[in-house]
Amino acid sequence: MDFQTLVFFFLSAILIFAALRVITARNPVHAALHLILAFFTCGGIWALMQAEFLAIAIILVYVGAVMVLFLFVVMMLDINMDRIRQGFWNYLPLGALLGLLMILEMGLVLGSKYFQVPAAEAAVPAGISNTKAIGALMFSEYVYPFELASLILLVGMIAAIVLTYRGSKNSKYTNPNQQVFVKAKDRVRVLQMPVEKD
Amino acid sequence: MDALMNFGQGVFGGAWPAVWALLKIVLIVAPLMLGVAYLTYFERKVIGYMQVRIGPNRVGPLGLIQPIADGLKLLLKEIIVPATASKGIFIIAPMLAIAPALAAWAVVPFTDTLVLANIDASLLYIMAITSMGVYGIILSGWASNSKYAFLGAMRSAAQMVSYEISMGFSLICVLMVSNSLNLVEIVAVQNQGRFADWGMSFMSWNWLPLFPMFLVYLISGVAETNRAPFDVSEGESEIVAGFHVEYSGMAFAVFFLAEYANMILVAALTSLMFLGGWLSPVGFLPDGIFWLFAKMSAILFLFLWFRATFPRYRYDQLMRLGWKVFLPICLIWLVVVGVWMMSPLNIWK
Repeated sequence: MDFQTLVFFFLSAILIFAALRVITARNPVHAALHLILAFFTCGGIWALMQAEFLAIAIILVYVGAVMVLFLFVVMMLDINMDRIRQGFWNYLPLGALLGLLMILEMGLVLGSKYFQVPAAEAAVPAGISNTKAIGALMFSEYVYPFELASLILLVGMIAAIVLTYRGSKNSKYTNPNQQVFVKAKDRVRVLQMPVEKD
Repeated sequence: MDALMNFGQGVFGGAWPAVWALLKIVLIVAPLMLGVAYLTYFERKVIGYMQVRIGPNRVGPLGLIQPIADGLKLLLKEIIVPATASKGIFIIAPMLAIAPALAAWAVVPFTDTLVLANIDASLLYIMAITSMGVYGIILSGWASNSKYAFLGAMRSAAQMVSYEISMGFSLICVLMVSNSLNLVEIVAVQNQGRFADWGMSFMSWNWLPLFPMFLVYLISGVAETNRAPFDVSEGESEIVAGFHVEYSGMAFAVFFLAEYANMILVAALTSLMFLGGWLSPVGFLPDGIFWLFAKMSAILFLFLWFRATFPRYRYDQLMRLGWKVFLPICLIWLVVVGVWMMSPLNIWK
């Protein structure tokens, strides 16, 4: 067994353990932390397959930004575990069905070689950087899907704001924009007073 | 060099490449730690003189052994874990803070040949690694189970995520004009252009054509490292010591090391991306690692100067600066650079 295979199995073991802990950990913060570990390990496995752009992107986007905000929210929540557990048996059939579907889909992708479906093989010519290749494809062949995806993200963002917007505030609030432009001259008046002599 | 390689091959045999890589890592991290120690000394001296004090002057000549004494003191102190803390995470958090600060140095070039790993996407790597530094702070705040620590962590998380965006945008401008993600090439590109041909290469560095981005990056760098005037996550006068209020001894020292290592990293990145790295500012002087260190020292001095001069930003003002000032500037300059590069006036061909 060569070194790369060893690293792969090492990372895979961590990934599987972390993914399992995400759904079994009782504490939601611990679950979120294991999800971060899972993303990070996933990035490691992708780097091992020489998909360095994807590896860095998952760490940059998911570990560096999405999960920070996620953790931020999870830490603020006061989660009552007993109430979450109440509906377990009701949701089980639907959850099991979805899980089965996902396993089936993954099996089809992974087993495509076996079933003789031509799989999309990643062929990276030497000397061309991964990032450049993805960038070139994204802005030439896949420019419309790419723009569409960004539009959907924008719609999602606006939708989130609309859903949580509770109308304009009637309370008094300070405007930091005005505050930072305040000059001492506008606020303080220096008076010159002659000394009074008796 | 060859003799060293042969000697290593003879002694360690097949394990030599791994040993050599470890040696190189030690050669980077050891001076870095020493630099961190003496940056604290430098800071206390500089701020001391700015406030008409003398600063440390008791331990050793000119107080030069003070950082070592401080380090020893912190090492020997007991680490107290609060009774209601989440113990595992409480211990891991300082390590999570310092690991990215050290890991990012793997791709930082010191000269065009002196770099541990000259990878293709080194700029992306640095952005990815530094974006993970926030976890140490958030988790320390949460695991401490203390209100001050939690407030500090929350402030820090929102602040770092906000400023990372404008930081990322300014880096995008740099990589647009450099046409590369490789830090060595980003520096090399800055040595081209009309001014460089005239022997005034400091005018062809990225700081001039990307001046707004240079300012945004520098100020965001101060915010990213949680330094004054953006140190709301520590804010002594508001929330005691913020996220590390429950930490003592070496656990606290590790946070401290991480903050200063991050400062040095931001200084190095600013010098590499906007100030021409190891390039000499004028044509008749040779390039060299000396220039990089000189530029880094100048930026670190700026960090200390800021701290001695500016009052702390209030939290809402800080958010306004990030989202309502820096982000629009970045978006506009991104378009300006794009149009500039497509126009006949393009200077980066």
